[in-house]
This record gives sequence, C-alpha cells and structure tokens, in this order.
Amino acid sequence: MTRYHVSATVNGDEIDFLCEPEQTLLDVLRDELHLTGTKEGCASGDCGACSVMLDGRLVCSCLVTGAEVGDCAIETIEGMADGERLHPLQQKFLDHAALQCGYCTPGLLVAAKALLERNPDPTETETRYWLAGNLCRCTGYDKIVRAVLDTAAEMRGE
Amino acid sequence: MTTFRGANCGLGAKPVCSVFTDTGSNATEGSGGVEMRYEAPETMKAAVALLASDEHGRVLAGGTDLLVQLRADTIEPSLVVDIKKIDEMCAITRENGGFRIGAAVTGAELGEHEAFKSVWPGVVEALELIGSTQIQGRATMGGNLCNASPAADSVPAMIAAGAIATIEGPDGRRDVPVGEVATGPGRTSLRAGELVASFLFPEQAPRTGDAYLRFIPRTEMDIAVVGAGVCLTLDDSDVCVAAKVSLGAVAARALAPEAAAKALIGTPVDDAALAELSRAASAAAQPIDDKRGTREFRIQVTGVMARRAAETALARAKGA
Repeated sequence: MTRYHVSATVNGDEIDFLCEPEQTLLDVLRDELHLTGTKEGCASGDCGACSVMLDGRLVCSCLVTGAEVGDCAIETIEGMADGERLHPLQQKFLDHAALQCGYCTPGLLVAAKALLERNPDPTETETRYWLAGNLCRCTGYDKIVRAVLDTAAEMRGE
Repeated sequence: MTTFRGANCGLGAKPVCSVFTDTGSNATEGSGGVEMRYEAPETMKAAVALLASDEHGRVLAGGTDLLVQLRADTIEPSLVVDIKKIDEMCAITRENGGFRIGAAVTGAELGEHEAFKSVWPGVVEALELIGSTQIQGRATMGGNLCNASPAADSVPAMIAAGAIATIEGPDGRRDVPVGEVATGPGRTSLRAGELVASFLFPEQAPRTGDAYLRFIPRTEMDIAVVGAGVCLTLDDSDVCVAAKVSLGAVAARALAPEAAAKALIGTPVDDAALAELSRAASAAAQPIDDKRGTREFRIQVTGVMARRAAETALARAKGA
C-alpha cells in the first residue's frame, strides 16, 4: 500500500501526515488529524457540510484528495474561534438559533466567514446564493441568513 | 516496513509530498485489484509521459467530477495525474490580442478576471452556473470539457466564442476547435497520453457580444435541461456579420447548427431573424427523454433559450 507524505498548514499550524491516494482531505482531517468539526454529509460535493478553506478558497473537502494539499494552507471550523472567544458568526448563530441538529453548522460558518471576508455588506440575495451549496434540513435557512446579515452589520460597526 | 521511493511531487524545491511504499504482505489494493497512484508533475512533458505510460490513467484538475466517480466506483484508474502543479495549466495570459486560459483555471479565478469577463461575459456566466461557491473554487473548463457530459454548461459558450483547445500529447501539441473534443457522453477524441492544456479565445472583433443561457427547473445548483450559447458580431449599421450558435443537453454532444447561425447573419437581429433562429435551433435539437425533461419539451425550449441568448448577445454587442 502506497502512502503519501504531505506537509501542509492547518489553522496556522504546520502539520505532516501520511495518506493513501484514495483518501480525501475530509478523510485526512477527520481520521488522521482528528479534526472532527468538519462533517461528512453527501461525500459528493452537493451538501457543503465538509466546507473548508484551501489556500483562501472555499471548497468541499470531500472533493479534494489528501495527496493534493502539499504546501497548502487549510482552515477549518476548529480555527474559527479565538481560544474561548467565539467568532461573531458563531455567537450570532447562537443568538438567532440558526441551527437545530447542528450537522451543517461548521460548513455554514466556514462558508459564511468566507463570504464576509470578500463582501462585508452582502445583500440577502447575495448571501443566499453564496450559501446555496450548504444544505440544512432543519432550519429552513431563514435564521441562518438573518444571523449572517446581522453579523455583517455588527462587524461593520452598525 | 516502509521504504522511501523518493518521488517528489511537491511545489518548487521543497519536498512537500513524498511517496512511501509499505511492502507488508497485507497491503490493501485499490479497487479493481490495481492500486491507484497519485502523481503531480511540474511539467507538461512529465504529465504527458505519465499519461502515455498508463492507459488507465486519469487527469485530476478540480476533481469535482473525478472524485465523485472514484467514490461511486464508476472509474477505477491505476494512475491519477494532478495537473495543478504545472504553471501553464493554471495561467491566464494574453496572446495575440486574445486570451489563453489554462485548462485547470477554476471558475472562481476566471470570474474574478475582470479583463476576460468584460470581453467574454457569456463564457464566464456559463462557467459560473456550474455548482455552488465550493464547486466554483475547484471546477475547471478543462474538466468540464473532458468529463464530456452533453449538458456541460461551459462547452456551448466556448464553442460559440470560437475557442480553440490546445492539446498536448506524445506527438507534441495540436490545436482543435473545442467542439471537436467531446464525442459523446463520457467520450472524447483525445488520443492515448493526450490532455487538454489550455484554451485560446482569439482576439474578438469589435462590436461582438456573447451570452449563455440554460433552462433548469429551479434557480441554482442543477444540470442543464437545455443550454444555448450565442456569439454575434455587428457592423457599424447594426447588421450581424458573424454569428455562432451552440446548443447543449439536446444531443450526445454540444451542437453548433449552421442554420441557426445563418438565421442571424445578414440581418439586424430583428424579430423575424430571432424567430428563424428559434425555429432552426429547435430543428437541430436531437434530445432524449429523461427525468429532467421530455424530448418534446426540450425541442421547444431549445428555440426559446437560443432566442433569449441571442437577445442578450445582441445587447452586449451594441454596448461593446
């Protein structure tokens, strides 16, 4: 069995891991690095539960192989809070009850953070289109969208 | 026992990915009894040599189709060649007044390229229709073309734009029109060891506009039931002097019906010309019945999509 030695950065930390060519970045994060905040939903790029940042791009980690990420910077949900202090999006998701079962939440938070970094003042339509690849079967999305827009307003100082 | 095999497939000089081979007797082999090997060459020549060495090799660009097929066991390649470490594959450059787009350039990167977007908005809107934000971060035009789905959104837009695919292979480089690459569902005209390296969008004539439209039963995140790409050029008196029309999802591969283009050429793209375009596009469609649309529905919608895409292309040509 061939295993590939990969060096990358995860949430700012330099890490090394061994992976098989069939393993996805999602498999590596969860099974090799034990970062289980990133979830597997569909494993086919449809649901967004496994969303992470790869070199500044929002991607589905189920559609990236572990062997591909050599020298890449990866950001996961585990890197979002600053120690015990929640990211404003995390706090607003709580305030707005923008989750029920919580399975889609890590992916939605990572995706929403990517949106606000690119666009600090998104419209509701822009927010809904940006998050169209993150499926939630509990909330009906409305509370999620409100939480994101409220976070954006707060971060703009309004 | 682990032995170092020494293949360095990382970026630059620093080895970031090395290969280890476990020679233990209980090694689990890849599906189909053949172990899958991952390679990330840094030169086109090395990529071609790898693909030529293994008839069961596959190219990995964005992986948004390949990884799904691997997971579903619909393919069992013994070799995956990641082309994203090859600079040319990921570059957007100017060439003789046109643009050369690497086959591994992502939808997100092309959508952020203001110069390309202002010249070829139809190509960009087609590529950006593919999947979610997450998919856009990875998906490529090279992959969209070589996956060879009849419903590929970027393909009719590229055909309408007159894009040329530059193919690298064991016998060197060759250029073919994009419309000649896919030959049917999942099939291409690429020969053993060949891969699409880039696309050339030739210098655009003044007063040219392009557009792509597709029909899906919802707003986002779906596969085209019908797709239509139109590119047209006007003279100073607003008469159409050149046009290309391409239709997706209504045949085994994207079509480029001459009669549809001829319906526009020599006209001011008025109601009569658009009606003729619509008729010609519907007449060219040879769709199947499936869960996403009946044959009859697709034939009708083909004419509607072609007409609406032409109207957008016309407005863009007048504004250009």
